[in-house]
Amino acid sequence: MGTAAVEVENVVKRYGRAPATAAVDGLSFRAAHGAVTALLGPNGAGKTTTVEMCEGFRCADNGRLRVLGLDPVADAGALKPRVGVMPQSQSAGVPTGARAGEWLRLMAAFHHDPIPPQLLLERLGLRSVATTAFRRLSGGQQQRLSLAAAVIGRPELVFLDEPTAGLDPQARRAAWDLVAELRDAGVGVVLTTHHMDEAERLADHVVIIDRGRVVAAGTIDELTAPHQELRFRATPGLDTAGLMATLPDGCGVEEAPSGTYTVTAPAPATLVSTVSDWCADNGILPAELGVRRRTLEEVFLEMTGRELRDG
Amino acid sequence: MQRVEHGGHRRGLQGGHSDTEPPTAVSFAPRPAAAPLPRMIAAQAGMELRVMLRNGEQLLLTMVIPVLLLIGFSLTSLVDVGSGSRVEFLTPGVLALAVLSTAFTGQAIGTGFERRYGVLKRLGATPLPRFGLVAAKTLAVLTVEVLQITLLCAVAVALGWSPRLSALGIATAVVLVLLATAAFAALGLLLAGTLRAEATLAAANLVYVVLLGLGGVVFPVTRFPTAVEPLLHALPITALTDGLRWALAGSQVGAGSPLPAVMVLAVWTVVATVLASRLFKWE
Repeated sequence: MGTAAVEVENVVKRYGRAPATAAVDGLSFRAAHGAVTALLGPNGAGKTTTVEMCEGFRCADNGRLRVLGLDPVADAGALKPRVGVMPQSQSAGVPTGARAGEWLRLMAAFHHDPIPPQLLLERLGLRSVATTAFRRLSGGQQQRLSLAAAVIGRPELVFLDEPTAGLDPQARRAAWDLVAELRDAGVGVVLTTHHMDEAERLADHVVIIDRGRVVAAGTIDELTAPHQELRFRATPGLDTAGLMATLPDGCGVEEAPSGTYTVTAPAPATLVSTVSDWCADNGILPAELGVRRRTLEEVFLEMTGRELRDG
Repeated sequence: MQRVEHGGHRRGLQGGHSDTEPPTAVSFAPRPAAAPLPRMIAAQAGMELRVMLRNGEQLLLTMVIPVLLLIGFSLTSLVDVGSGSRVEFLTPGVLALAVLSTAFTGQAIGTGFERRYGVLKRLGATPLPRFGLVAAKTLAVLTVEVLQITLLCAVAVALGWSPRLSALGIATAVVLVLLATAAFAALGLLLAGTLRAEATLAAANLVYVVLLGLGGVVFPVTRFPTAVEPLLHALPITALTDGLRWALAGSQVGAGSPLPAVMVLAVWTVVATVLASRLFKWE
């Protein structure tokens, strides 16, 4: 499998007249076939613009985009039957007067061998509202209908733009199960989210996007592993400089609050033995010694900054 | 061989118990392919038609108002339609209004809100090509027009309308309605594809009322000052009304010709189609 399902290389998209702001500013990533790729980023990071370029809704100003090996705009006719799309909730794209089941049957009618709409309605807990007009559905029901429409044509690849926004915990779990099942069936999934738990739970590959650029990418393990930290409690006022001297370069030791020591290391291989040896040599009994991986959220906040974004 | 027999046996057993399979088991294994174009267009046209017929405000414009105008002005002398039978004068005008209401007003408002709610964009992500969407909308509009014309003709006949029909007259009427539908729909899409949905709603209703007043629908064009009369005859609604009056009554009298009406509608169709296809914004 030489090519990826989605290949994005140095893509740029600017909005507005001069001085145009770049919503996507030299962004590159790859999404594999039959895997879940999460585009993770704060609001306004360029996730939706990126997805909409992949869907052929927008032309990139610069760079190269390939979806299933094809150009999303030039080869749109060939791509559309193969790619499922779930737009963001505020633009679900259902006529307000259409009924849920009726609209899903329409989406099914565009495909040669669709999943039977009734099965999907049932699967997503929408059977009881099949004859309800779209505008009378709750936000969560509208979201689930939109998700059903994205997968009804048995696509090879689906783009889900914030698929769980506005869902209650049960519906969110149902959506996650569906995504996992799609992946297991060999469907490639590219989803955007700003929920860390969603990315941690679902994604085979996470692409952290900020200000239109990729700031980090990899599996959850790859993203969180390099940032291990070790903590222990002991008497306050230990010789942290002495401990530091025994550790490899790039490590840090901090005592905060008093009596609690945190050792951070970029390469964690021998961290535990080094620290416990040092403690033994110095007659210190380290309490509650433990290694903790940093969560994706901590990695994300470090990459994208902690300040509240304006706009 | 054994495996096949075994499998066949199992399938036979399960055949009677298909209910026992969990109903929510869905296979998502990729098998993508677009449906044949005619099936896509038929499905989309059916959806368009149902949404149109379910929309109360739209039915008011397309069915209720034309019927009320026909009945009201036929039975009362509120409007001076000149000499001759009132229903004879009113029916072609009200039929023209019905075509206007569906092809122009309904399409402008409907498409304007579809654009706003992202319906056009969402459909753009399906295998249905844009050409297929336009074909489906056209089919739905023509179907509603057939319903309107049937209803209005039935009401008119009940009111004493006795059209002098001829093969030429009917053929002319069909051509006029098709041309007018194309012109009105293109104008409606031009509005819907360039203005905000609310502005389209206001403008489309305003145009409906203004053309109802100016287009010879219920008030004869001859009531207006002679200076503006040629301008009024250049309106697509007037052309359709004039043409239908000839087709449904005058074609045997030999008076006048439907050609000017056909020409006016053809020009509107070409201009509006070119503008709409150039200026229409899908989002």
